[in-house]
Amino acid sequence: MNPITRTGRRVLSEVEGVGRLVLVLLATARATLLPPFRVRETLRQMHFVGVKSFFVVSLTGTFTGMVLALQTYHGFRSFGAEAMVGAIVALSMTRELGPVLSALMVTARAGSAMAAHLGTMRVTEQIDALQTMAVDPFEYLFAPRILASLIMVPVLTVYFDFLGIVGGYFVGVKHLSIPAAPFMKAMVQYTDFLDLRDGLIKSCFFGLILSVISCYKGYTAGKGAEGVGTATTEAVVLSSVLILVSDYFLTAWLF
Amino acid sequence: MIRIEELHKSFGGQAVLDGITLHIPRGEIFVIMGGSGEGKTVLLKHIIGLLLPDRGGVFVDEVDICRLSRAELRGVRKKFGMLFQGAALFDSMSVGDNVAFPLREHTRLKEPEVRARVKARLAEVGLHGVEHKFPSELSGGMSKRVGLARALALEPEIVLFDEPTTGLDPIMSDVINQLILDTQKRHRITFVIISHDVKGAFQMADRIAMLHKGRVVGQGTPAQMREDPNPIVQQFLAGSSQGPVVRV
Repeated sequence: MNPITRTGRRVLSEVEGVGRLVLVLLATARATLLPPFRVRETLRQMHFVGVKSFFVVSLTGTFTGMVLALQTYHGFRSFGAEAMVGAIVALSMTRELGPVLSALMVTARAGSAMAAHLGTMRVTEQIDALQTMAVDPFEYLFAPRILASLIMVPVLTVYFDFLGIVGGYFVGVKHLSIPAAPFMKAMVQYTDFLDLRDGLIKSCFFGLILSVISCYKGYTAGKGAEGVGTATTEAVVLSSVLILVSDYFLTAWLF
Repeated sequence: MIRIEELHKSFGGQAVLDGITLHIPRGEIFVIMGGSGEGKTVLLKHIIGLLLPDRGGVFVDEVDICRLSRAELRGVRKKFGMLFQGAALFDSMSVGDNVAFPLREHTRLKEPEVRARVKARLAEVGLHGVEHKFPSELSGGMSKRVGLARALALEPEIVLFDEPTTGLDPIMSDVINQLILDTQKRHRITFVIISHDVKGAFQMADRIAMLHKGRVVGQGTPAQMREDPNPIVQQFLAGSSQGPVVRV
């Protein structure tokens, strides 16, 4: 095969790949936004994405708040602003760390499982079987996972924010002996509902990103165990990178 | 019933189907034979619209399924059942839920009626009391039977089989072939079977077509195939390494 033919085939293959992605996204959007909605399957996925992530989110949320309080205390103490620790923890949690870290945790736990599950279904012809039984895989597999992530990632974010603030309070007030009243006063003074709201808007985007990418990577997995493994890795890496990149642009837009 | 006209399909510049033309009559067992990698499964996936051809058409009851929208194609697929090579049972569901799946998706039957039909379908393929087992607990032969029960659940007009006896021992292969034959006699529906099992093909088929390098190199009744002068056909039927087809 001469270089021109090889280059032409490669370009055609890339264009075909982009076209396939666009078609999958359109089919996914239609299946997610238009009825019929698979309520039972969506609830099952909400349990999987949300309830089963509570433990890992509890741990990461609490320790993130605790370490943040510890770090800011040591920095702020040098110029006598220890009472601001509460405000810094609350603002960082609601605006930034809550949405991003909870989405990364869900990507690692549930996004990888989505990609592996759909990838296994692909290589064992279970997705083909669904299609031969006249069932739309976007409606049956994609839509419940995307809806569940759109609902549960913000819920987990609120939980993450709450535990992070509790962890920060515990370290700041109980361990570092910052007086409780100024700690709470600064927190309430500098944090408002809009911080929480904008953090939740971010977490909706992140839920969408991680679920669409994980489903797409699983759905288009290559052959065999290696194909499933590659799809899972790509789903986690691409979701994580896109969450962090989109976080910058969302922050620039929202705050 | 099914008409395939000048079907062409390539993957990565390599032609897998190179102008296939076939007519599959209603109510018959039509076996498509050929060696490994000759395009049999690709052809089967075109018949049910899982793959689209580069050129040519697949007509089911005179409707070209290659030109249908996704929603229209789903309508046509309700005429089909399919048994996959590895059975393709949903591994997160029990056997009963696997067989009930198409009934729950496409009928408004009440749950007791669904369960009764599942039991009847499983009994038809010789399985009793396995509704609560999971696919991982089944042998290869049992998985194929459950796959057949699921394929028949909606009483389709056409059932496609992708290598129904691959991976089974000779006795179990014969059991599955006999089961396919009995089921077809009972329901008088169209069976399209992809196979490289010559004995099984001659046991079951009303007609046979043979693929080689993406083309049909012979077709007819089993008796006509035995008399086919094409040396490729005769080499395959004899299962001989001596002849025009060389495997490395």
